[in-house]
Amino acid sequence: MARLNVNPTRMELKKLKQRLSTAKRGHKLLKDKSDEMIRRFSVMIKENKRLREQAKAMLADALKEFSSARALMGEAETENAFNMPSTSLNLELDTESIMNVIVPKISVTATKRSGMPYSYANVTSEADYSVKKITEAISVLVELAVVEKKVQMLAEEIVRNKRRVNALEYVMIPQLEETIKYINSKLGENERGALTRLMKVKSMINERKD
Amino acid sequence: MTGKMAIIGSGDNVLAFKAGGVDAFTVNSAEKAREKLRTLAKDYAVIFITDGFCRELSAYLKRFNESAYPIIIPVPDGDGDYGMELLRSAMESALGVDILFGREDK
Repeated sequence: MARLNVNPTRMELKKLKQRLSTAKRGHKLLKDKSDEMIRRFSVMIKENKRLREQAKAMLADALKEFSSARALMGEAETENAFNMPSTSLNLELDTESIMNVIVPKISVTATKRSGMPYSYANVTSEADYSVKKITEAISVLVELAVVEKKVQMLAEEIVRNKRRVNALEYVMIPQLEETIKYINSKLGENERGALTRLMKVKSMINERKD
Repeated sequence: MTGKMAIIGSGDNVLAFKAGGVDAFTVNSAEKAREKLRTLAKDYAVIFITDGFCRELSAYLKRFNESAYPIIIPVPDGDGDYGMELLRSAMESALGVDILFGREDK
């Protein structure tokens, strides 16, 4: 590991020691953060998988009903039946912070209209079921959307954090340690050099006296 | 703040979503889907896109992970399961181990 390009002085040594202790503390903090994020992440992906499977099943069911409804009714009636929302889903948008990652948070409130928003005369029962099922599927899909976004964002943050931890652990800290060692040995050498010089001078003076 | 939902898809099936109060947009190519998405991204909080388009636009969709909204997620359209692939790749990059799908592979 290359050492930093600094002058081997006491001032630099002091500064570097400060930086090393900061780096070590930062490293520990980031590592803890990464552990906690991974813990939450693993809980969340299980939830994500469960929701996705549920949503997929519900949607497949709803779409099946939809196609049979379409097959049984005319073009115009289908349009009528499906164009008006029977249940309007209200999304209350908010954000929350998971380990300092700003993630979305949505609360869904469904305002249900009484009955279906179309006349029953032209519409088959398949359409009724399909409208009901699709509304249910959508509320699950919204829930899924939030969880999935959280998972994606957290995954990115985990990767970013891992990079930081590694940079500290394998580059920054060894570099600082090496530089500190270098300055220490350089200073020690200077000191020994000064000492031997003094001893030499002293012996020269003593010789001259004799 | 309240938000709206939209779906972008290819087939007529997306029309079914209208019944749930989702604005449906039908497009017939990934390129069109991308343009539509760009115009919708500002106004909608949740945008569903069918699996096929999501797969083709995956590089473009990555940028939406930077901020909390809009949320863009794939909905299954019977053609593979891109959502699960996304989940798996997120898991692999973040954890490095497979804790969800392990048993199925063996």
